[in-house]
Amino acid sequence: MAHAESHTGLIWKVFGFLSLITIVEVILGIAKPESIHLTKFLGTSILNWIFLILTLVKAYGIAWYFMHLKQEKAGLRRAIVWTSVFLICYLATLLLIEGNYMGDILSSYTKWTY
Amino acid sequence: MEATIATENANKGAWSGGEKEPLGSSYGKMMMWFFIISDALTFSGFLAAYGLMRFKFLDSWPIADEVFTHVPFIHGHYPMYYVAFMTFILIFSSVTMVLAVDAGHHMKKGKVTLYMLLTIIGGLIFLGSQAWEWKNFIGGTYGSLELQDGKMVQFVDASGHQIALEDFVVRSNDNRVEHTKSNGLWYVKDAAGLAPFTVNEVVESFKANPDVSLRTEQINLETKEKTILSRAEANQFLAKATGVVKGANLKVNEYGKTLFADFFFFITGFHGFHVFSGILINIIIFFNVILGTYERRGHYEMVEKVGLYWHFVDLVWVFVFTFFYLV
Repeated sequence: MAHAESHTGLIWKVFGFLSLITIVEVILGIAKPESIHLTKFLGTSILNWIFLILTLVKAYGIAWYFMHLKQEKAGLRRAIVWTSVFLICYLATLLLIEGNYMGDILSSYTKWTY
Repeated sequence: MEATIATENANKGAWSGGEKEPLGSSYGKMMMWFFIISDALTFSGFLAAYGLMRFKFLDSWPIADEVFTHVPFIHGHYPMYYVAFMTFILIFSSVTMVLAVDAGHHMKKGKVTLYMLLTIIGGLIFLGSQAWEWKNFIGGTYGSLELQDGKMVQFVDASGHQIALEDFVVRSNDNRVEHTKSNGLWYVKDAAGLAPFTVNEVVESFKANPDVSLRTEQINLETKEKTILSRAEANQFLAKATGVVKGANLKVNEYGKTLFADFFFFITGFHGFHVFSGILINIIIFFNVILGTYERRGHYEMVEKVGLYWHFVDLVWVFVFTFFYLV
């Protein structure tokens, strides 16, 4: 882990990139264009998929360049990334499927008139 | 055996894990990663639970854009802006942190000190912003009515925008007094303290104002908007009203599902507590830098380790931001 050269330039570039993604997210979040907000794709709206992907890109930027995963040995990097990505995807998939099922069942019993 | 036991004669001592550095990472850094992974899974558990309930109540969950609409010093409906500001603050404090780590690699004590200080200030601004967000959420914006079965109904004007109870409710002359300890009923409290109006006042004012409409929590999944009731339906709903709610806490939430408030307090609170501990640890490291501890040690690895934690807190916020405010 010898760091002879300085990474200041790269750090500011990553900051600009993360800021840009955040600005795009905020603009989309405020505008909520109907064409992507109201169209469903694989269980949720296209807009939500865009948010999700942009979030993962941001997470990648932070982990790789700020947390220096890029400079760690491949073994350590894989141990960290694969473990968490696998476990989180597994948990999220199961819970969201279950939540969807509960919602389907529950909605037929919920009364919206009196 | 030697691979797994730290021997006493290892030159670096047992505390730093001996000579062996698995995966080229020092003992302290490796342990920080262990902690981060387990903490990441804890946060995923919370967020996945939030997702579970969100999907369960997909047709009646509060719409975040209608909940978090406050900006300091400006009145009006400004969704997202403030939380976007908070996100920038946290990303920026991550940048100053990584700059401190970078300066540490070059043994530049002055720069490390400056960047650590900026990181701490960024953290404090974020924490203050979060406290302000909480204050607004707890205090509420419009106020709504709770029905017998726990559903919330809100009031909108002719254009479909939500209006505050104060805008149309006329106070009648009944004097209401909150129970206090002295009259022996301290345990009987309105869930959110003494509500600003009585149910009766709200219902009567609604009937006197033909411009005001009633909105239920139910979301039209085609348009993703809450359902506005006709006058006749509204009167039937109001007949079931049991309480006036202003603001949100763990028991009631004027914006809709109480679960939303519970998750909001729990997840942003847990994250805020991480930021708080991060600031404390940063302050300790900051003083160590000033005192020259790492200069004497010959490396600034402690700054790097606390930096890992700080970036992780930022990383978690990226996800909280997405799932609470965007999706």
